[in-house]
This record gives sequence, C-alpha cells and structure tokens, in this order.
Amino acid sequence: MASIQLTTSTFDETVGSSAVPVVVDFWAEWCGPCKMVAPILDEIADEHQGQMTIAKLNVDENPDIAMRYQVMSIPTMIVFSGGQPVHKVIGAKSKSALLAEFGSFLDDSH
Amino acid sequence: MNAPQNERVIIIGSGPAGLTAAIYTARANLSPLVIEGEPSSTSDQPGGQLMLTTEVENFPGFPEGIMGPELMTNFRAQAERFGARFLTEKATRVDFSARPFRVWVRDTEYIADSIIVSTGARSLMLGLPEEQRLIGHGLSTCATCDGFFFRGQHIAVVGGGDSAIEEATFLTKFADKVSIIHRRDEFRASKIMQDRAFSNPKIEVIWNSTVTAVLGESKVDGVELTNTVDGSTSTLPVTGVFIAIGHRPNTDLFAGILDMDETGYLVTEAGSTRTNIEGVFACGDVQDHTYRQAITAAGSGCMAAIDTERWLETQHG
Repeated sequence: MASIQLTTSTFDETVGSSAVPVVVDFWAEWCGPCKMVAPILDEIADEHQGQMTIAKLNVDENPDIAMRYQVMSIPTMIVFSGGQPVHKVIGAKSKSALLAEFGSFLDDSH
Repeated sequence: MNAPQNERVIIIGSGPAGLTAAIYTARANLSPLVIEGEPSSTSDQPGGQLMLTTEVENFPGFPEGIMGPELMTNFRAQAERFGARFLTEKATRVDFSARPFRVWVRDTEYIADSIIVSTGARSLMLGLPEEQRLIGHGLSTCATCDGFFFRGQHIAVVGGGDSAIEEATFLTKFADKVSIIHRRDEFRASKIMQDRAFSNPKIEVIWNSTVTAVLGESKVDGVELTNTVDGSTSTLPVTGVFIAIGHRPNTDLFAGILDMDETGYLVTEAGSTRTNIEGVFACGDVQDHTYRQAITAAGSGCMAAIDTERWLETQHG
C-alpha cells in the first residue's frame, strides 16, 4: 500500500517526526469524492516516494483530529511541513490539479 | 504529435446516461471513447450526480437500495466489459461545424463520426458573493461529503424538492436541528419524502423564505432570511448551510453550437435524442428538466446509442 493510515494516537508522532512533507488525506467511507481521490493519492505517493508521504485519516474514527484542523468538508488534504499545516486543499481534484497544489512542497533533496 | 484516430463515437459525460450509451454502443462494436470527466467534489465528475449520494432507493432492480457510487462503479465496469474506453478528463472545447466532429481536452484533439452528449447537470448555487469564500467552510452542496462535521449543531438546508428533503433527512443523523428553508408555502418533493420530513422531530420548515446572505467570516455562523410574502428580514444562527435548490445543465461547452432552451437545457427532437446537428445526440439530465431521474437518464442513454448506431449505418456510402 502506497500511503499510511493514521489514527488519533499515531498522528502527532508520524506527522511531527517526518523528514519530508506529509499530505494528510481526511476521508470517510460514505464520501464518494473521497473514494475517487484515494487511488490518485496512492499513485502520487508511489511516484514521489522520498519526496513526500501521503497519509490517510478516517474522520469517522478520528473526529478530534479533524476538528483540530477545522476540517469541515471532505475530502480535505492538508500538507504538513515540520509538523505544521502549511497548505489546505478542499474537494476532490484531478491528479494534475493535486500535483500543482502539492508541487511547491515536495522535498527536492532526495 | 500524431493525428488523432477517427473514433466512431465519442461520448461526453459518464453518468447513467453516458454509461448506458457506452454499454450499448460498445455492444454494437462501435468501440466508444468516453470522456468521463475529472475527479471533483461537484457533480461534473466521472459517474455524475450519483457519486454525491449515499443510498439510492428508487433505481429499479435493487429492493434493498444501493449506494450511488457503487451503482456507478457497476455501470462503468459493464461498459468496460464490452469494450468502452475511458479518458478521465474534461472536454474543454468542441467544434461540430463539420464532420468528423472535433473535441478537445486542452491541447489534445479527438475526432469522431458521431457524438453523444451526456454532460448532465450541476447544483445551482444561490449566486451570493460570499459563496466562493464559504464553500467548504460550512457552506456545502454535498450533504454526504460534509454532513458529518455538523454533529450536534443547528444547520440549514435550502430548497423544496426531493434533493432538499433527502439531504435534510440524511443530515438529521448528525445535526441536532435541521431547518429547511423554502421560498414557497409548499414543497414540490414527492409525497413520501414530504411525509418523512414532517414526521422527523429534528426537522423544522421555514416557509416563504429565501436566503439573501450567508453570514460568517472564516466560517458560516448564520443566514439572513427574507420573507417572500412581506419582505421582512431575519437572521437564523446556523453553523452549516446546504444548498439543494435544483440543478443547471452542463451546457457551457455547447453555447452557440447546440440549440438549447432558455434555461440552458439542450433541445432534442421529441421522441428521440437528435439535436439540431445531424450526428450529435443528447441524453440524460443535460436535455431533461422534467424527469431527471437516474433511470430516465439510463433509458435515454440507450435511445442515444440506438439513434447513433442507426444514423451511422445510413452514413455508409
């Protein structure tokens, strides 16, 4: 599997300790657009291994993390750099649109 | 750049209409190319409007109901099985002034002997300036996407048809209170949906009212209502607003090219899917403002495929 699953208990450590930017995908089982964007994010994760990590957070199971970052609509993807949220993308988008959103945050040093 | 291959038929749009047309044209050995749209959280995406719903209870053949996205996945798999090919892109321009017809996705050109237009419809917005700012921040057109975040809150649903009541009913799973705001004094929804709304203790209806402003800086904290009878205004403090006032057809691509009525719906010859351009056929919500059901869209998609196949046969010199 190309992306990792986060939970309330693993969130802070995983996001905070990552050397590369982490894109967190907030999703839920009943959200059609979320399911549509999931395989695209998996592809992006595969193609940019080492430059960024894609992690998924189920908002049904982890509502407190969603609330912490004021996520009010899904899918929402938040780019974290150094443990801090630096960019938010709301709504499903095409692969090229997502790469354009994440592009400037990719770690080029690897 | 290689010259584009001349397709027998290109289908633009991939909801129930487009995918049924794809199944039938594929089975007629026409190897359809389906330009299915780009992923998005609005309805002009692969699969169409049903991608934004949960349970579909009224599509025949499913006595226990079926999830919208699952139904569309099945439609697509069926079309693929018979040889339909898919491009997960949005058409950006068309030229139907000569044959073969031309369709572009940005700089890439596709050509075809015939076209089936099935681009469907998208949610109408209120047309208020603050909408762009507040979408995704408490303002939504997709109850199934965003309803979860309004757990325990008081939210509003704007509209009076089946969609509005479905959304309102779905939202009572999360919200404490749902206010349906409707500009007239009776719903146009089906009786069974109306009964569900009226018997739900979490739903209240505010009649004869329109939303004239959505309030809040970084997120929604209320709506301004204007009474359609006496013009008086009031404020309703809500933390979520779901717009379900209807749809508009996705026909911008065809402006000045295909005949449409004053609300933008494509005009087809009665009893067929023929548009004003020979060889171009239209099916589904894009040409239907009367029925607009998944099953009627699927039915007209089949008609478009048969109309296309028969017309192509007449073109063989």
